[in-house]
Amino acid sequence: MSAVMETMMNDKPAPATPTIAVAASATPAPAVKKVKAAKRNLPFAGWFMKVLPPLTGLAFLVLVWQIVAAKTGNFPTPLVTLQEAIKLFSDPFYRTGPNDQGIGWNVLASLQRVAIGFGLAAVVGIPLGFLIGRVHFLSGMFGPIISLLKPVSPLAWLPIGLLVFKSANPAAIWSIFICSIWPMIINTAVGVQRVPQDYMNVARVLNLSEWKILTKILFPSVLPYMLTGVRLAIGTAWLVIVAAEMLTGGVGIGFWVWDEWNNLNVPHIIIAIVVIGVVGLILEQLLVALAKAFTYEEVSS
Amino acid sequence: MDMHNKFIDINDVEMVFHTKKGSFHALRDINLTVQKGEFITLIGHSGCGKSTLLNLIAGLLKPSDGLLLCANREIAGPSPERSVVFQNHSLLPWLTCYENIFLGVERVFGATENRTQLRDRTRAALALVGLTAAETKRPNEISGGMKQRVGIARALAMEPKVLLMDEPFGALDALTRAHLQDELLKIVAKTESTVVMVTHDVDEAVLLSDRIVMMTNGPAATIGEILEVKLARPRERVALAQDAQYSEYRTAVLEFLYRKQAHPAKEAA
Repeated sequence: MSAVMETMMNDKPAPATPTIAVAASATPAPAVKKVKAAKRNLPFAGWFMKVLPPLTGLAFLVLVWQIVAAKTGNFPTPLVTLQEAIKLFSDPFYRTGPNDQGIGWNVLASLQRVAIGFGLAAVVGIPLGFLIGRVHFLSGMFGPIISLLKPVSPLAWLPIGLLVFKSANPAAIWSIFICSIWPMIINTAVGVQRVPQDYMNVARVLNLSEWKILTKILFPSVLPYMLTGVRLAIGTAWLVIVAAEMLTGGVGIGFWVWDEWNNLNVPHIIIAIVVIGVVGLILEQLLVALAKAFTYEEVSS
Repeated sequence: MDMHNKFIDINDVEMVFHTKKGSFHALRDINLTVQKGEFITLIGHSGCGKSTLLNLIAGLLKPSDGLLLCANREIAGPSPERSVVFQNHSLLPWLTCYENIFLGVERVFGATENRTQLRDRTRAALALVGLTAAETKRPNEISGGMKQRVGIARALAMEPKVLLMDEPFGALDALTRAHLQDELLKIVAKTESTVVMVTHDVDEAVLLSDRIVMMTNGPAATIGEILEVKLARPRERVALAQDAQYSEYRTAVLEFLYRKQAHPAKEAA
């Protein structure tokens, strides 16, 4: 039935809609039959209406691309890019030298940097967020510092990383760490501060220990906020890694884009943009799914 | 009243809240004693400080002046011996009904009893409110009435000296409310609990109470009158509907609320 709603709400004439109108006005017995028939057809219709708009959008994009490519001349057409992509993805994990590796290795190298920087940020940022949320003094202490440093582009920290670590790879990880830590601290702290007073009253009446308060009340109730912070952080981290790698070089999707620019291989740059987008989308969706699994109904006050 | 039977003793309690907008005198000159096993309801218009008084007894608030005693000891803070049933049930949504109750049971009896005994206590509390079948359900999977029953079970499972209830049935529909009132009467008869309950429902107050504490309008609210309800127990809702004495009590409370303390809507707005 949800499929019916979907088609109706989309407000586009789907093939099944007239059947329902007929069914509603017909005599009871055949109506049942027809609704059943409609039900059988509808899941497909609903699915079709779901994929049609995105596919149309994609087709439109390719069309515009084709027109632009035809008019300018130095821009590759979608077909050329597709052929390049097939060639590229047929062997994503080759390795001929430090600066000539398959796109798979480059993506993995970037993901590894993000994972390390992001993981370190979580290890530091989440407990710090808890403390800042729970201890008033600490929130007064760190509040201004965070407000000052948060708007700074993580790339501005790259030279500091290079200075301290004397190497490109840790410096890139350092940038990821810096950009990931703010949303994690802030969202965790806000989550702790927004724990419903009702739950804290329950904790007080039951006279729960600080450990029980942390594990049974604070942590579960902060979790959705924390996961929002994590989701924001991974989004920024994936944005930043591309830029950081352009500056640091080595292996990585960001460096790869810059390298292909130096080779004037425009199809590869376009492919890289799509790959970066797809990976970012997958990361985001994974965390959205995770957040959904841990979000609970709040007590209405 | 018997001097040796002051189970809860409230002496000259004042409550002033200090907020950003200035101070607010919520309660003045509150004097009340509650006997062991007594069922007291606090009734009054909204804003009269009845919930504040309950929170003072719970220890969630500290009085600006005066003294509150429970079993001859000063009420210094919240304690499982004065367990609270909150208006909005306040069950933890990530725990099952069983786990919600177990949390309190474990805290109160965990030091002296083994795992099996704790489990039996939790199960017994669920059985008391008729929710054995909902043991593994989370709060969002059960109805509002059931949630409130779990809240009551959680409070009762800790074997409190006093059961404090803050408009426990306020958010429920009339039929569910009546059903839970009847259940509460049975449970209280069985456990001989001392109960202080906040309500704004006149029928609920008369049906359940031994005494009805009627509060004047705020600010600086105080106890206006105390009505002793001498209806025999067990009380039966349908029979009482025709009862002359019941109507008298009901009229007395209505008289207080709507004649002597006209609704403070103008002041509130």
